[in-house]
Amino acid sequence: MMAAFILAFSLLTLLMFFVSYCRSLTASSLHTSITEDVRDVTGIQVRAAGRDYARVVQILQLCPDRPADRSGLQIVGAYYGFLNLLDQGFAKIFPAVRAWAEEERAGCAHFAAVALGRRIALNREMLAQQVEL
Amino acid sequence: MCAGVCFVACSLRRTSFLKYFFLNLYVILSLFADLIRQGVLRFYGVDSPQYGYAYYYTDCLLTIALFVAVISLASRVFAELQLAKYVRFVAVLLLLGTAGFSYAVVAQSTERLTTVFAVELSQNLYFVGLVLTYLLWGAVLKLQETRTRLVQMVLSLGLYFSAYAGSYALLNLAPRYEVVQYLAPILGCFLPVSWAMTIMRYSEDSRLTPARLVAVPR
Repeated sequence: MMAAFILAFSLLTLLMFFVSYCRSLTASSLHTSITEDVRDVTGIQVRAAGRDYARVVQILQLCPDRPADRSGLQIVGAYYGFLNLLDQGFAKIFPAVRAWAEEERAGCAHFAAVALGRRIALNREMLAQQVEL
Repeated sequence: MCAGVCFVACSLRRTSFLKYFFLNLYVILSLFADLIRQGVLRFYGVDSPQYGYAYYYTDCLLTIALFVAVISLASRVFAELQLAKYVRFVAVLLLLGTAGFSYAVVAQSTERLTTVFAVELSQNLYFVGLVLTYLLWGAVLKLQETRTRLVQMVLSLGLYFSAYAGSYALLNLAPRYEVVQYLAPILGCFLPVSWAMTIMRYSEDSRLTPARLVAVPR
């Protein structure tokens, strides 16, 4: 009985902490605006939307890797997958879930776009160093 | 092991070792525990009772160390309200109560196996740790805590405790599904890696908006 209660409580809190942890990662990038380079490459106009995420990640994979961003991007990628599952599974029963999930996916896309901006900047720096040599 | 070394190195590099002393202490102790487990494993083998004892008792000691780490974070959150000493008192009471409760539960069983006590104690300790972290998270939101490092460290702890408490509870409910043995290496890496990431990515002055963190916005 005790173990069953602990299992149920743990699963609930695991979900809650996972969502909050991912939100804390995406929230940290909200203060940074998407650079002009990223807007040009990705076609994001004013604000990143959830559907932009896949495209941004595709372009991210073409840029040289930046180890500092890797783990954050992986976690946010997992969160994006979770949001898609939530949308497909619960949006018909609870319509409010769709709007919430879309808002969150937009946060994920913004996070990825900011990371892409950093990678492009790193790329430019590396190119400049090579030219100097 | 590498993840632990990485976290301690990051703390030293960012001069945060003393600021997060109990978190570093936990990671260092977990490195020692890994060495002890490896030694026992090589000497006695994976199916030996010695390895079982070494695994579960070092696990209990590490959980207690992590408990202290949670208390240290709680003390920082409550520092401004001057409630730190009450936090420590309540946490010690909870720890003693959990050990007593676990012993009482196992003492009633006919087998009276000491390893059963260790599994029961681990499950309960992780659960108490989870409850404490949950309360701490509630306090972080209520007090509008904005320090990014503190917030992310508490959230990592919450994830760690929930995953462990859940897998130990599953082990107790259905011993056939030994999720712990697959989950332990992943979680063992997760905590130091996420702490290292936090230390390296954010400075002590980094702030975030607490309203963005609530799982379901009100």
